[in-house]
Amino acid sequence: MQKIRILFFLLSLLFLTFFAYAQEGTGKTAFGETMRSNGRIYVVIAVMLTILTGLILYLVRLDRKISKIEKEN
Amino acid sequence: MAKEKNYMYKSWWKILCVVLLVYTFTWGLLVKVPNLPALEETSRNLFFHVSMWMAMMTLFTISFVQSIRYLRTLNHKYDIYARQFAVVGIVFGILGYATGSIWMSYTWADPNNPTFESFSALAREPKLIGAAIALLIYFAYLVLRDSITDMDKRARISAVYNIFAYAMLFPTIWIMPRLLPSLHPGQEGNPALNFKDVSPAMRMVEFPAFIGWALLSVWITTLKIRLNLLKEKKMM
Repeated sequence: MQKIRILFFLLSLLFLTFFAYAQEGTGKTAFGETMRSNGRIYVVIAVMLTILTGLILYLVRLDRKISKIEKEN
Repeated sequence: MAKEKNYMYKSWWKILCVVLLVYTFTWGLLVKVPNLPALEETSRNLFFHVSMWMAMMTLFTISFVQSIRYLRTLNHKYDIYARQFAVVGIVFGILGYATGSIWMSYTWADPNNPTFESFSALAREPKLIGAAIALLIYFAYLVLRDSITDMDKRARISAVYNIFAYAMLFPTIWIMPRLLPSLHPGQEGNPALNFKDVSPAMRMVEFPAFIGWALLSVWITTLKIRLNLLKEKKMM
């Protein structure tokens, strides 16, 4: 439990980087600005996160199945 | 090693893995990338393509350590660990190769792009050849394992081969490509991923991405190991 607390504290520090816009590259590519301005980049993110969620859920299911079999032995 | 202490069964690093990957997938697409010629937005592949190679290096390093542990203790479980880490390492190496081919076909091989000279320039690319050699050496490790039927002999010979295979990773992937002229960043003595090409904002996503993908690959491998341990227990 103590480890998880430390972990969440460190991760919350990581999320502060969302606001660290001071140093950046120029970042003005035509494609990037288009996808960002009309919000379609979020569609791509949503698709990728769906795929990731599916894969992670599959892994969690496998993990639990194996744990169950290990406990029986 | 007591079962409670064994990290394979803990869940904190798996949660960390998921958090880091979600962070990579969202922020990796939103962070501003420097506008480099020919690369432009594809620089984001840093978080995915290069992560595959980093995950592969992590897995091969762990496999190498398990091989050494086997040779020191002759405990059969380390042989299982070494094999599984090498197998999943090969998978991530192939993924790295495939993602690199996709990336390359839109950047280096783009006919409108000045770096593109000919297909042979791509085929002579040292990092591609080096990575192929490294992966082939690990494929030979698997072939070697399957060719020996005696369990103890197999474990010992493949452990020694694994050490040499790991040592060969460094000249083929890391050292030779840096010395030769190459399309990859990091050629002819300049360090790869230098500060001109990667903005500090990108670095914020780059390292969590490497760690997240490496943890994912280790998680997949531990599942395979646990399955194999169960199988061995049933047979004995």
